[in-house]
Amino acid sequence: MHYLQQILFVITLGVASYLIRNRVVRIKSNINLGKSNEIKDRSSDRLKNLLLIAFGQKKMFKRFIPALLHFFIYVGFIVINIEVLEFVIDGLLGTHRIFAPFLGGFYNALMNIFEVLALAVLLACVFFLIRRNVLKLPRFWSAEMTSWPRLDANLILITEIVLMAAILTMNANDQILQTRDDHYVATGSLFLSSFLIPLFTNLDTSLLIVIERFAWWFHIIGILAFAVYVTYSKHLHIFLAFPNTYFANLKPKGHINNMPVVTREVKSMLGLETVETPSGEPGRFGAKDINDLSWNNLMAAYSCTECGRCTSECPANLTGKKLSPRKIMMDTRDRMEEVGRSLEKGGPGLNDGKTLLNDYITKEEINGCTSCNACVEACPVMINPLEIILELRRFVAMEESGSPAQWNLMFQNIETSFAPWKFSSADRFNWASDNK
Amino acid sequence: MTVPTMAEMAAKGESPEILFWVGCAGSFDDRAKRVTKAFVKILNAVNIKFAVLGTEEACTGDPARRAGNEFLFQMQAMSNIQILNGYGIKKIVTACPHCFNTLKNEYPELGGNYEVIHHATLLQQLINDGKIKLKDGGVFKGKKITYHDSCYLGRANDIYEAPREVLQILDADLVEMKRCRSTGLCCGAGGAQMFKEPENGNKDINVMRTEDALATGATTVAVACPFCMTMITDGVKNKEKEAEVKVKDLAELIAEAQGL
Repeated sequence: MHYLQQILFVITLGVASYLIRNRVVRIKSNINLGKSNEIKDRSSDRLKNLLLIAFGQKKMFKRFIPALLHFFIYVGFIVINIEVLEFVIDGLLGTHRIFAPFLGGFYNALMNIFEVLALAVLLACVFFLIRRNVLKLPRFWSAEMTSWPRLDANLILITEIVLMAAILTMNANDQILQTRDDHYVATGSLFLSSFLIPLFTNLDTSLLIVIERFAWWFHIIGILAFAVYVTYSKHLHIFLAFPNTYFANLKPKGHINNMPVVTREVKSMLGLETVETPSGEPGRFGAKDINDLSWNNLMAAYSCTECGRCTSECPANLTGKKLSPRKIMMDTRDRMEEVGRSLEKGGPGLNDGKTLLNDYITKEEINGCTSCNACVEACPVMINPLEIILELRRFVAMEESGSPAQWNLMFQNIETSFAPWKFSSADRFNWASDNK
Repeated sequence: MTVPTMAEMAAKGESPEILFWVGCAGSFDDRAKRVTKAFVKILNAVNIKFAVLGTEEACTGDPARRAGNEFLFQMQAMSNIQILNGYGIKKIVTACPHCFNTLKNEYPELGGNYEVIHHATLLQQLINDGKIKLKDGGVFKGKKITYHDSCYLGRANDIYEAPREVLQILDADLVEMKRCRSTGLCCGAGGAQMFKEPENGNKDINVMRTEDALATGATTVAVACPFCMTMITDGVKNKEKEAEVKVKDLAELIAEAQGL
């Protein structure tokens, strides 16, 4: 019986690891579709961002109540992983609670802490479900929150609730079994799960073992299945928030990335210097598809958990315009996934006749942006939708000359009168002498 | 009002303490020109040796870059840098947060390295140094004033306190809008929106922002940006409140309070 369980466990773990590995490889190569962009500067500032903003959740706490509940889930996730480690070792060796004899009284304390966290996670998830589905917080129901993103969020919350319930059920049964069967190592009293003991105490030992084993297997298979699911879901932020904050922009938010390729051309046009044109493909100006964006923009898209804080602060979105910074990130990820799936099957990949611009993100959306940085400021994991919007605008302006007519007029004015309005540059200093 | 140009100063072999970058709005827009003049009056009053580029100044390229036309931006930037470097400019002040951001953050990569400050910061320094003084606050004493954060000063460059400290000297009743500082709502003009009609929606951004300002009950909305000035002024007109509520730049408030 034990050997059978061990064999089954090894198979389960192997299948999960294989599936996760495949997805990690796929996501990595999707991100690598983006342009290379070496980010090696200011590593101590970057580490500080990672520790404060990802690990310490600093930006989450701008909205206190959801931040606190999120914090329970986050701490629960990290700490309960220690228990998962025990599960895995037990599963492989056919032992039961292998850490208990080594840790003695501390094991009891640890298990009690896990139980408190499990309950906190469970309650936070219930609250979040209510917030999404009963209170219907507007940012969880806006246009881009179609059926899949809403289902994705609910599945994550329900799974976490069920997994936590399994831990508590297992511990309740385990505690009864400790009094009846030597295989069940004494853990000492586990406060929270003891409340569930009356539900099971009148059952047969053999039935209790079945329930305990079922809860154990349910929990570990649940965790492994969830780990696989996460790689397809918005929930990937639990891992990618860390590198995303590390590689996030450190310059003042008002700064827009320079285009050295344009600098070379402008310098030679103005006769400032004769620069040799670098060899190789000149590439597109701006971005039409995901491969025109930097890898870190693409990683940011996988880091987005669709919380919508960006969109709820976006002046364009607040006034009913089509632009939603969250949708920019979701579209970028969806396009990457589409290209990745196609490449996996030996399909055309990027050359499938579709592009991020137009097929996913329309000009109307990018034209609505005021570059106010409210979305960038709002993001708890330092995602920058503005960089993507500006790269798309660059493509439209420089490769298609497709900017709105009034912008083309503004360009023309700057070219001819050195001001965005049609005034003569000779009149620029008239203010000093007129009497208006 | 004396406004020396760089060309005049250079001809005399002199150099200014600081270059006042007027900007296109400050040069051509009638409302913004009044801000330019108010600021010059303050500079004159505190005896700062400054100069302007006059007709040698040109658009920094900010709206072109934000609308995606990187070529045009860099053409503007490079020719401006040639002029600024030609005059050996070290320090620049401007009343426009968009010019400020571009000159400060985007010109260095193209060879233009200057100490760039916004006029809110200069005014704050002048107050701290005791060069701008007000007896009993002046005409704004006790009046309700709310400050609208410009995105390009605030979120873009983390300047939230300088404009508020400048307003402190007026001894006015300073009130904050619900959305302020890092969560301040844009006036709707940034990112080159100033130069086109808004996309379709159910409201104009400047009207929404004006509602925030009016909700405070303030009789003066203080701004620090010529685009915000236009947008909020239009918003106040849209709400038919122009008789009760005035939109004023920090420099105008200080100049007015000093009786300049």
